[in-house]
Amino acid sequence: MAFFVARRLLYLVPVLLAVSLLTFSIASLLPGDLAMTILADQATPENLAALRHDMGLDQPIWQRYFTWLGHVLQGDFGRSFRTGQTVLQAVAERLPVSIELMLLAQLGALAIGVPLAIVCAARSGGPFDRFMTGTAFGMLSVPTFLSAILLIYLFAVELQWLPATGYIPFAEDPLANLRFMVLPSLTLALAEWPGIMRILRSDMIATLQEDYISLAKAKGLKPARILFVHALKPSSLTLVTITGINIGRLIGGALIVETIFALPGIGRLLVGAILTRDLVILQGVVLLVAAGFVIMNFIVDLLYAVLDPRIRHGHA
Amino acid sequence: MTGNVLLSVEDVVVDLPTPRGNLRAVDRVNLEVQAGQTLGVVGESGCGKTMLSRAILQLLPKKAKLGGRVMFDGQDLVSLDRESLRKLRGRSLAVVFQDPMTSLNPVLTIGTQLIETLQEHLELDLAAARKRSVELLAAVGIPAPEQRLTQYPHQLSGGMRQRVAIAIALSCEPKLLIADEPTTALDVTIQAQILDLLAREQQRRHMAMILITHDLGVVAGRTDEVAVMYAGRVVERAPTPALFKKMRMPYTEALLAAIPKLDTAPHTVLPAISGRPPDPTRPIKGCSFSPRCRYAVARCHGEKPELTEAETPAHQYACFHPIETPAAVPA
Repeated sequence: MAFFVARRLLYLVPVLLAVSLLTFSIASLLPGDLAMTILADQATPENLAALRHDMGLDQPIWQRYFTWLGHVLQGDFGRSFRTGQTVLQAVAERLPVSIELMLLAQLGALAIGVPLAIVCAARSGGPFDRFMTGTAFGMLSVPTFLSAILLIYLFAVELQWLPATGYIPFAEDPLANLRFMVLPSLTLALAEWPGIMRILRSDMIATLQEDYISLAKAKGLKPARILFVHALKPSSLTLVTITGINIGRLIGGALIVETIFALPGIGRLLVGAILTRDLVILQGVVLLVAAGFVIMNFIVDLLYAVLDPRIRHGHA
Repeated sequence: MTGNVLLSVEDVVVDLPTPRGNLRAVDRVNLEVQAGQTLGVVGESGCGKTMLSRAILQLLPKKAKLGGRVMFDGQDLVSLDRESLRKLRGRSLAVVFQDPMTSLNPVLTIGTQLIETLQEHLELDLAAARKRSVELLAAVGIPAPEQRLTQYPHQLSGGMRQRVAIAIALSCEPKLLIADEPTTALDVTIQAQILDLLAREQQRRHMAMILITHDLGVVAGRTDEVAVMYAGRVVERAPTPALFKKMRMPYTEALLAAIPKLDTAPHTVLPAISGRPPDPTRPIKGCSFSPRCRYAVARCHGEKPELTEAETPAHQYACFHPIETPAAVPA
């Protein structure tokens, strides 16, 4: 097992290097001149040249990449020219919001999707299964901005149960924090449970055809034990992959949801950086988010091994 | 026959709806198994023997329609409620499937799969169930049984896995064990070992057994009675010694002829049964074996022979012109 982990960790190095190269080139190749943006109306040719030299913008791109990479490896991702905040500070400030949103959304989506998938698979082809499969398909086609607005209209405007926008840190007032998080996480959960349900349902239906499920029935086990112990675990590999990808994606913040509900998360940081052409923040955040995504996938790989002993022993 | 009937299969019909029409997998089969006795069910692939075993276990595919009665220990399994059926399965009615590569759950340890059965049916605490699991594994000839409990199926060879499956089946001392081609997926060298193990445990535990196979040679020394199936029907049924002494149904004879023998010279072409089994979605008017039968006459193609008692007691066959009857000699 230790060998398995070490080998997977080694794979991460080239992936992360490639990610850093891509982020850097995208940020550098964007149209627009960073020095021009910073100087704005004071951009005389002399000022521009001086600032470019200060920032190293007059160096060839590969040299700038290695300088940047060198700094990144020492933990220095750069500093916003607008706010003076370092990338790490900005991310550290906003990450908890995005992570909380991501966790609540995933928990909600799993809480809706997994039980429905199991019930549908156990009664596949029945009326409930057909109804839920149809509902899931319908929900899959509802964009988040629409469900967000509908939820706000229902729970914030009409019923006035929950606040529509805003954020209070969890440490300050946990209850108020959760009240602010309900609608945004519900919006994301509504978008994600159909995928979870459909994937787990079809994997589960396939598993239920297996010989070992017939044997479990022939052993006289209780239906609940057959579903939860014998069928769920071997059916959940794809589910784990999907959940891992969702989590990785949401580490980068949910741009639309964070914007609609005015949550100060990573998504809003990114949107702000793009709108103000704050390339240092942009490339730093994208790199960190990509690294988070890659590490999340690494964790998914490890979970495979936990779920399936054949992977653990290198048989698959 | 004497003794008390443990299982009696009465007019069992299994219909499977397919895109090409209804497939009659099992056609009015009647069988009995006495307590402690062994019945061999023989037939080629697709003859309905596995569907018959699934019908007895009530493990047919969802879409299948089952008719008739399966009386087991005084209860009709077909009409039995789910909960009573569940308590019966694994307890007094156990099964060993064909392929041990797929019949054990790959993500659960051997120990879990044994212990869960024991705990489901017998009121054992974990320690007692573990102890019994080790004894069972040892009884089916698995070395180092204690270590096996924490291992997963993929860490064992095919033969070992089938031994584990047998240990699971035997765990609650069933009254009837259904072994559905238990050796087909195994190496030839392992086959005899597994069959001998089954025969030994059957004797030792005085349980009844249905041994399903495509190999007449397998049932020869190991069963009390044999039923030969063809195209969903039982076409010949007799006590094992009587059957091998005097086969009446041409299909049985052809099956036996198709088994390679040790004394045949190398590279001899094995006698095979020419043609294919009939398409079960299109019922045949006459005897279903008649298109492939070398003794068939006009009557065989037009009229279906019923399973009838022969002059030897308990020897039944469905043939108008059984072997060694003068009329059956081809012109």
